[in-house]
Order: sequence, then structure tokens, then C-alpha cells
Amino acid sequence: MTPHSNDLQYDLFEAEYRRFALKRNGAGGFQEFYQLLQTIHRIPGVDVLLGYADIHGDLLPINNDDNFHKALSLANPLLRIIIQRRDVDVSVPFPTGSLQRRKKGLAGLHQPKQKSKPALLIGLPQDFRQISSIIDVDILPETHLRVRLHKHGTNKPLGFYIRDGVSVRVTPQGVEKVPGVFISRLVKGGLAESTGLLGVNDEILEVNGIDVAGKSLDQVTDMMVANSHNLIVTVKPANQRVNNTMHRASKTSAGNSSAGSGSSALSHDSAPSPASQNASQYSNSNSVAEGDSDDDTDLILENDNLSTYMPHRMTNGNGSHANALSSGAFAHRPLPQSVSLPSSSSLSSLTTPTHNGSPTKTSSSQESMREDGNFITL
Amino acid sequence: MMKFRFRRQGNDPHREKIKQDLFAFSKTVEHGFPNQPSALAYDPKLQLMAIGTKSGAIKIYGAPGVEMTGLHKDTAAVTQIHFLYGQGRILSLLDDNTIHLWEIVQRENRSHLVEVHSFNLPGRPGIESTSATRVTVMLLKLSCDLLALGTEGGGVHFLELPTLTLLNKSLFQDEIMQSVPEEYKCGKSLGPVESLQEHPQDSDKILIGYSRGLVVLWDLNSRHVVNLILGKQQLESLVWERSGNSFVSSHSDGGYMVWAVSSSNPCTHDPISSTVPYGPFPCKAVNKILWRTTESGCVHCSCNKSLVVLLEEELVVIDLQMAGWPTVPAPYLAPLHSSAITCSCHISNVPPKLWERVISAGQQQCPLQNYENWPICGGKNLAPDPKQKELLLTGHEDGTVRFWDASGVSLKPLYKLSTANIFQTDCDHNDSLTQAGEEEWPPFRKVGCFDPYSDDPRLGIQKISVCKYSGKLVVAGTAGQVIVMVLSDEKSDHMIDVATVDLLQDREGFTWKGHDRLPPKSGSVVFAPGFQPVVLVQCMPPAAVTAVTLHAEWNLIAFGTSHGFGLFDYHRRSPVLARCTLHPNDSLAMEGPLSRVKSLKKSLRQSFRRIRKSRVSGKKRAVVYSPTNKVQEANAQLAEHDAEVTPVQRRIEPRSADDSLSGVVRCLCFADTFLRDGTHHGPTMWAGTNSGSVYAYALDVPSQEKFSEQSVEALLGKEIQLMHRAPVVSIAVLDGRGNPLPEPYEVSRDLAKAADMQGSHSVLIASEEQFKVFMLPKVSAKTKFKLTAHEGCRVRKVALSNFTSVSSEEYSENALVCLTNLGDIHMFSVPALRPQVRYDCIRKEDISGIASCVFTKTGQGFYLISPSEYERFSLSARVITEPLCRVDVERPHDLSAHSGSSTPLPPQANGTHKTQAESKSVETEGLLDEMRSALSSPVLDSPNSSADITLDTTGELTVEDVKDFLMTVDEAENNFRNITEEDGRPPGILIN
Repeated sequence: MTPHSNDLQYDLFEAEYRRFALKRNGAGGFQEFYQLLQTIHRIPGVDVLLGYADIHGDLLPINNDDNFHKALSLANPLLRIIIQRRDVDVSVPFPTGSLQRRKKGLAGLHQPKQKSKPALLIGLPQDFRQISSIIDVDILPETHLRVRLHKHGTNKPLGFYIRDGVSVRVTPQGVEKVPGVFISRLVKGGLAESTGLLGVNDEILEVNGIDVAGKSLDQVTDMMVANSHNLIVTVKPANQRVNNTMHRASKTSAGNSSAGSGSSALSHDSAPSPASQNASQYSNSNSVAEGDSDDDTDLILENDNLSTYMPHRMTNGNGSHANALSSGAFAHRPLPQSVSLPSSSSLSSLTTPTHNGSPTKTSSSQESMREDGNFITL
Repeated sequence: MMKFRFRRQGNDPHREKIKQDLFAFSKTVEHGFPNQPSALAYDPKLQLMAIGTKSGAIKIYGAPGVEMTGLHKDTAAVTQIHFLYGQGRILSLLDDNTIHLWEIVQRENRSHLVEVHSFNLPGRPGIESTSATRVTVMLLKLSCDLLALGTEGGGVHFLELPTLTLLNKSLFQDEIMQSVPEEYKCGKSLGPVESLQEHPQDSDKILIGYSRGLVVLWDLNSRHVVNLILGKQQLESLVWERSGNSFVSSHSDGGYMVWAVSSSNPCTHDPISSTVPYGPFPCKAVNKILWRTTESGCVHCSCNKSLVVLLEEELVVIDLQMAGWPTVPAPYLAPLHSSAITCSCHISNVPPKLWERVISAGQQQCPLQNYENWPICGGKNLAPDPKQKELLLTGHEDGTVRFWDASGVSLKPLYKLSTANIFQTDCDHNDSLTQAGEEEWPPFRKVGCFDPYSDDPRLGIQKISVCKYSGKLVVAGTAGQVIVMVLSDEKSDHMIDVATVDLLQDREGFTWKGHDRLPPKSGSVVFAPGFQPVVLVQCMPPAAVTAVTLHAEWNLIAFGTSHGFGLFDYHRRSPVLARCTLHPNDSLAMEGPLSRVKSLKKSLRQSFRRIRKSRVSGKKRAVVYSPTNKVQEANAQLAEHDAEVTPVQRRIEPRSADDSLSGVVRCLCFADTFLRDGTHHGPTMWAGTNSGSVYAYALDVPSQEKFSEQSVEALLGKEIQLMHRAPVVSIAVLDGRGNPLPEPYEVSRDLAKAADMQGSHSVLIASEEQFKVFMLPKVSAKTKFKLTAHEGCRVRKVALSNFTSVSSEEYSENALVCLTNLGDIHMFSVPALRPQVRYDCIRKEDISGIASCVFTKTGQGFYLISPSEYERFSLSARVITEPLCRVDVERPHDLSAHSGSSTPLPPQANGTHKTQAESKSVETEGLLDEMRSALSSPVLDSPNSSADITLDTTGELTVEDVKDFLMTVDEAENNFRNITEEDGRPPGILIN
């Protein structure tokens, strides 16, 4: 819960995810579950706090059989469990609405050497430097993710490579293979890796609002380099294509315009725009925002200030701030697909980061999706 | 609201109409020598010459200005072409074994070349291999109604002309074999047909020569063997003696034989004579032999007055009527690349005075340079005389600058300027020694001028700047030499003033590891009339000059290298300024690009030569499809597939100040404008670097009378760091009306309107990534266009051109013309920088084409489509230089009447053929590109070339970092406020 030192060393933090199935009825008690997690995460003997996300977006503790069973009963079909090392200074580990509070990350994790002076670990939000944010969640299709990398002001390399590849599109005519550009490598310690928002094999769809379809690798490279001081890439994360088609399909059939599974940031305080699932529409709206006139272009750059950029009356300004914090806490990129496994009632998937609150997908309901957003920004 | 409306101007029909009247793209003509010519034909009746190329183009040339181009649909090498004499028809045989018939047709009162028929010899039933029907030779009968085809399989087929229909009277080897004596047969086939020759007296008889040596005189009507010549030497070529009583055969051992043909002796074993001219030992094959009757050394037949030899790199025409057989200068097909072209420069609207003086200088160099003796003079040039004279200057690797008349369709050489003679080079005396000393065998005389081997690469010309009004010329080269020349009509013998300018300026820790400077000759040198050097400035370190500019009214030159730039007063012979632009971390700049590039270039060139050699000599017959071949092909494909397993990656990192070669000076410009304040204008000098820095100097230039006494002073006025750090490609100052400033002397000689000094001036800075107009003197951003961010392409060449409307000569607009690394051309309005039109121009793989592109002031352009050819193109709807000619032909059966509706093929050949790349092997293509990039100088391909270097951006730059050295603090603050207000957002925001 505590934002820590001003000088975030994001890459020193680690988070990892596990997803596994558990019989709803045969789960046993809290102690068994606790040991199971320690086994799964290979952290035997490490003292940890367990939390889970309830439907209101609150992070609630799991520390006895009762709340464990309560948590299980809420899995629909997934339950996100957040594991956090106990030795950290976490005065109020599970406050109400904690997941919605953007200016506080779930970062409660500290390195051993910082342990001795916990007081110093708390910094004011304004002391944090934003390095990335997820934007336009409401207007993007749920399969897409728009990430802004704030290169400017950091001395880290952007740290990623792109390559040519083949993208498979489902069209009314059937499956179509088209050339695409993909992230091929993340440099260790680079900005891209440390945000946890981009992954290898993610397909690049847009660069600063401009569709890259039909453009060559070199063109896309040039566009990115030209925009590198304030790079906004719209990607189609790789993994979702692999394992979540069904889940996704069920979502869309429910007519839910929830922001991209697992990818949404802070869109909870704004009504999702009705057009959000229409890809062409979002790109249109975007091109208006970043269009060809100078002022428009500059406008997008103003987004550095976070509060001025309001595409479609969205008030997601502050949200991006939380993203920055959270990405500091979790070096790993949320894997939305891992959460969205279709599951029967007998199966609940748990995603458990080793240390602290982390992306865990629960349900397909719109509300929980927003919450997911919060988690995922971490 | 207003703004919105402006942005939608693209949809305004009125504006669209204006744009249509101003801009139109067309590739108009190819200048120079066709790349990789592969076939030659001549029509004595129409006096036309045709050249076929390996890229599938056919080009027809007649009198100067008469040019037509046709491009086969498939990119296959043209292996043979034949005129149907007088009919304006041409037959072409391609490497893919197809035969095409072309016709010269009249459309819109001018002649075009159009394909009307094509034919592919079908395989013989029962024989799988297609190689048997591969056409080896073609005989077009003089009557032009029958075409005989000899094949690889030894068959001879007959086609009716001009319909290209196969007649059912093919002659196969088995038929011939019946007449051949048993002892000659010995179970072997006769081999491919190597030659078909029509009997000079009896058109029913043809001579058929087979590879094995058998020659048969065949009667077409009676279908029987008239004579049988049982030659045993492998045959290359045959030719009749005029009487038809004897013929000559040439052979693979370098010999030729004369044979008698008589009805008394139907079967001959022995020739009349057998000679190996360069023997006695066997040597290279004589694969082409001609026999013409001559009288006492002079050719008596009028159609035999000259010999035209098509070589790989040039066309040599020898006058056989004059004693000594001199070569005839060609009015077109100039071998532009006799030494590799290193840069080019176009001068439009050349003043008559300069034109005459250049012509006269050229005539004194080469007195015979008139084109009256040119034997190929068919057709009529209908193009009106060009309204203005245009010069194209090409700089070459051997230190020469060649002046070409680019006013019309045929690019004619006018004058050649050499800079090598003012330097001491190692190779000065070698030429005369080798020529006198060695006796070469065989004793061939050297004709032609293609000589691609440079004696000293340091002599190479990198940049050229001309003042067309004062006849002053600055050329700058690879070893940091900057030579100021003055046009003189008299011969002169004088010493050149030499000055060195240290561009490192006490920077410590740098040691130049590149080549030495070129030592100038001591003492006086004799110069012929023409451009004569007066001052030589040598940059230290002697790196290649990357930018040069001249202001003849101020007597100033500015030059830049990868280390910095300098300003030199050539009137007083004194340096005014030297500024180091080197970044402290840049070590590459000291390597001396030549030292590294040279070796790379050399090795590339060698391997290129190897490839070319193997391509040319390695096969007499092109690819024959056979099972083994298919296996090889499959293997090759497999290998390619393997190569794709590791995909190409591109690193995404911003540019940084630490980039190597960031100090390279990319552009320089002089301008009379407002730098110090808004009320006093004066001379300024601007320099832009590879790392997005712009330096602006205010100059104190004494008045004309005081040039000798007072020195020029330069004071740094502004330093601008472009936020995005992309290389600065060009800088231009615009006057109060947004027009580019006139050239020096233009105004004082009443040749141009004076610049508007009332309204505020602005400076247009074009970087590789974006264009930006800043108001002067405050350098506040006014308009911009972020090309790379929008299109993903980078700026390679830019120019400000003036476009006049086709509908009214009164209406014209200036436009910023931009060629990108993708080979497309974008045009923008000035100074609003609104995109106007975009055209595809050059293939993006054609790096040397893109690097060689120059624009004219009136909206045309040139780029190299091969080392020897410029493609000329027009962006203007009004100013178009294209062939406009008419060749009148009479044809018995006019086919074009039927196919008249077919659309004419695009006139472009060679490099512009879309599928050309496919015909080349991948390796060759890659190598070519590499070589081109190695040759294009300077190599500034970024960021991909530097993509492997991890670079971090530094500090939080907000707006362009403008350092002002002239303004007060208050002014600077105002300036800053202006920027932010104009952009309508608070400070602290990127304008990148």
C-alpha cells in the first residue's frame, strides 16, 4: 500500500504470477491453502500476507478459514490472490477501496536493505516520476492496449526491439493473414521491460495514433524513433490470442464494453464510451485528437501533465499516475489472458504474485473489469 | 472554427484545381547510357538504332532528340533485336525465349513504340525438355516476310511476319542427318544452331551452321540440302561474302575459315583458308565476324560509313571513311559514368553569357565536338527549342567536373573540368610511362572513354556550388579540398593561393586517423580557358567536405566537414571563421571515413566486378531448365528460407547527442536577413549539423569598394538545438512574403524581384524528420510538419522550387519538394507547410538513386537509375522535358491499326521497372545496395545504421534550445513566451 522511496528502482522488484485451479469444495482450510501457495511459488518458509480482490475492488485479507472460504465463494470464475511478504512495513495492508486509490500503489514491497528505515520509504506521489501509463482504455477494444512510455526525463533506454511478422485477423471472410510488426525483444532493465506493460510478440497496431498497417518495419522504426520522447504505442498483447478466445467471446456476447481485459487502467471513474469496442472508431477519434494540425499534435504531448488530456471527456488523468507507481512495484507485465481462462464453477483460477498485490482477473462483469484495471496497472 | 476550415482545405475543389494546374508527376526521359545493354540493331532505311537491355527495355535512337522507349512486360534480358527494315518494326528475342514484335506508331502526332505481337515457340511434342526449343539465333529475311529461328535442339523453325505465326515447315536435324555421310555422323548430334544466314543472291537459300561445325546450305522451296560443309571446329558465327560464292566461319578457338560454295562440289571437308589471327595458339572464341567488301581501305558502300560498337559501358562509333578511323562523338548516350559520378548539381536558367563561355571552353578542349558526322539521323525532333538553357554538373571520382547541356532530351557533353592537375598525385607520370614502355599484344588501339578506375580517391568531387552570374565555381572534394574557380576565356599560367583551415580548433584528444591531404603543386600551373582555380582551401583534418556554399557578391565561401565548418574570404584570401562541431564523445569522426569506407568500397567493387564478370561470361546460353537446375533452385529457396528464420530486428531508441558523426555539417547557407533585430537586416551564414544543431552567424561584410582593406567579421548570433536531434538537411530563409531569398546578383542585375524586407523573415529548417518554419529574428516556431512521425519516412533531399500554373503563366507558387528514404516525393506549401501532393518516384531499395537525386528550381529532377543513366522527371504540370519526335514509316500490313487502342507502355526502363529486382539474384541486389550506400557520400543513414548502439537521451529538453548571443535577457524571455503562446500550451512541453 505504501509508495516507497522517491527514487524508484523498478527493476529491482519482482513479481510473478501463478495460475492454478482449485476445486471450490475441496479446497480445505486456510493453512493448507497457505502452504499450497508457498509450494507453488517456491517460497517455503517465507512469511507472507494473503489478500484477495472482492467485487467492490477492495483488497481483503485472507488469514483464516472463514475469509478464505468467503474468497473462494466469490471466485467468478477467477479469484485473484495477492501475496505479499509480511516483513514489510504495511501498516494498513487492506484498506477499503485500496485498489481504487490511484495515488497509492499496492507496492508494499521493499528490499531487505531498506527494511531498517521504513519511514523513509514513504514518498509523496508528486515525487514519483511517471514512466508509463495505459491510456484510452475506454475507447479501445478489449484486446488492445495503449501504452505511453515516458522516455523523457529518464536515463533508461526505451529498451525494445521490433520485427516483422504475420498477424492473423478474423474477418467475416474467415481467417486472414496480414503482415504485422511485433515486439521482438525487451532489453533487461530498459523502460519497456520495467513498465511491465509490453511483452515480446505483442503486435504493434499504432504509433502515436497513426495506424501502422501497410507500413514497413523501417517505417515503424522511424515513426517510433521520431516519437521516442513521448511514445504511445497501441499493441495487441500476444498471449490473449492463445488462451482466451472463449472467455472473450462470452464477454462480448454479454454486450459488455469493459476495457481490455486486464489492461485497463483506472477507467472506473468514467463511463465507458459506447463506441469503445469499435476499433475503427477509436482510431478515428484518435486521429482527431492527434491529427495533422500542429496544435493537435502538441496537445497529445501535453498529456505529460496528465490532467489536460481528456479524450472523449475521459477523466483518466490521474489514473496514469497510479500506473507509474504500480509498475514500479511489479516489474512483471500483467498477463490478462492468464486471468480470463474460462472455467466451470468447479474450477477457480488463482493468480498469485509472490510479493504483493498483482494482476488477478476475476470476472467478466464490467465492474470487476474496472477493478481488474486497477490491479493490472500495478 | 477557422482553423478547422483551413485544415480541410484539401477538400476544397478550387484548391484542388489549382494543385492540378501546378503539380503533375511524370518520368520524362532517360539521359546517358543504358545500363547493361545486351542487344543492338540498326535500320539503314530509317537510320534508326535500337538498343536492348538486360532489364527488358528497348530504346530507339535516331537524330538527336529522337528517342523512344519500350519496356517488355516481363523483365527478361533482350538477347537479340532486329529491325524490319523501313517498316518501323522491331523484333526482339528475350532471355525467356519469347519473341516480340514492336511497332513505331503515331499517336497525338508523335511516335511511340508499342508492342503488337508476341510469340513463344512451343515445345516439340514428346520432348519434355524445353531447352530443345530454346531459340539460339534468328534470321530475318531481307524480304521481311519470313523469320527463321534456330534452336538449341538443332531445329530451324519458320514464322510468318508480321503476324508471328508458326509455319508448318520446321526443319529438324534428322532431316539434315539423312544427307550427312556416315563417317561424320558418328552417333553425335549436330548441336544447337549457331548461325542462320540468308544467301546474298538467292533468297530461297539459307546457310545453317551447327555448333559441332557442320554448315548446310538449305533450299527453302525445294526443302533439300544444296551444299554440305563438314567443318570439325566448333562453330561460333557465319557470314557470307557478297557474291554468295564463299562464306567465312568463325570458331571457338579464335580462328576463322573461308569456305567455297559451289554447286560442283556439294560436300566439302576443307576450307579455302584457315587463320587464327592472334595465334598461332588457340585463343578466345571469335563469336562475331563480319565481311564487308572494301576498296583500298575505304568502305565504298554508303551504308557502311561507320562502325557502331555497343560495349557494356559505352557506345563507340568509328568513322570508317576517314583515314585513321577516328571515333565519332555521340550526341546522346553519353557515358556519364566514364568515371563514377560522386555528386551532381543543376543550374537552371543559365544566363546566355555563361552559356557561351562554357561552350567555347568546351570547344577548345575538343575541337571536333560537333555532331554533324553522326550517322544515325532518322526521325524528326518535334520538341520546341528549350526556352532556357540548363546545365547539369556532375562531379566524378577522378576529380573532374563535367558540364552537360540538360536543356533538352539528349544530354550533351559541353565541357570537362579537371581538378587533379593542381595536386601532386602519385599517378601523374604513370600513364605516359606505361603507354610508351609496354608493347601490348594483341596490338589493339584504345577507343572510348570508360575508365572507372580512379587514380586517387581523394580527388573525388563531393560538393559543387556555382554562381551563374559571376562565373564563379566552388568544388569540394574527398580530402577536404575546397577550390574556388573563376571562368576565364584566356589561357593562364599562375600559382594558386593555398590556405589551410583547422576545423578542430584546439579540441584536444583528437587525432585524425584518415588519409592525408592532397599536396598542392608548388609553382605555377598552366590552365586552359575555362574554369581556372584561384584559391585552394584545405580543411584540417582533411575529411571529405560535406557541405559547401558560395556568395559571390560577398566574396565568401563556407564549407563543412564531419568536424566543423569554416568561412573563407576568397577576395582577401583570408579565413574568417572556423568552428568545430565535433561532439566530445564522437570517436568515429576521427577515423577518416575514407580509410574505412575505401577498403569496404574497394572490396565491394571487386566482388561486384566478379559477379558481373561471371554473369556476363559465365554463360553463353542463359539458364536452361533441367532437373539438376530445379534441384539447385529448390536448394536456393531453402537457403533463403533459412535466412528468414532469424528475423530482422530494429532497435527503438531515440537519437542522442552521443551519436557518432553527430558533428557532420550537413548544410550551409548565406542569407541577407534579420538575425540581430527586426529592423536591421544584414549578411548571415547558417550551418546545420547531423545532430540537429543550427548555428547562425551575423556577418560584417565591407562594402564593395572596401573589400580589399576591411576584413569580414562573423559573430555567432543564434544556436538552435532541434529537440528531436535529427540531422539538418537544409536551411533556407524566406522573405516577408514567404518567398525564398533571391540568389546573389539576381537583384542587383535586375534578374529577380528584390526580397521583401518589410514583413518579417522566417527560416525554414528541414531536418530528416520534420520541417519547421521559425520567425526571425526571434527564432520562434511558426509552422511545422512532422513527416517521420506521420509517415514513417525520413527526408533525404529537399529543395524549394517554383511551380507555374499550366493555365496561367502569371500564377506560380513556391513549394517545398522533399524526397524521402522510401523514394516518394512529398510537396508542401511554403511557408504554411501544408502537404500538397505525394508521388512515388524511386524504388526504396534504390539507395544510390535516392542519394543522387537533384531538383531543379522549376520543378524537375534527376536521379541515377544506374551508374550511367539519369532518369529525368517532372513535378510540374508546366515544365516538362520529354522526347517529342516523329518517325514516318510505311508498312505493308499495319497491325497497329488493330491494336491502336492498347495503352502505351510506360516509357521508363531500367531502374524504374517494378519487377526488375526479381530478375536479379538476391545477393547481387543486396550487394549492390551495400555498394551504393558505401559509394553515396556521406553515409548518413540513420537511425538504422546506428541502431545497434544503445543511446540514452539526456536532460529534459523542453523547447528547442535556442541560445541567443545577441539578445538581451528580456528579449530572450519574450521569445520564450512567444513560443509558448503560439503553441497554445504551458511551458515545459516538447515541441519535438
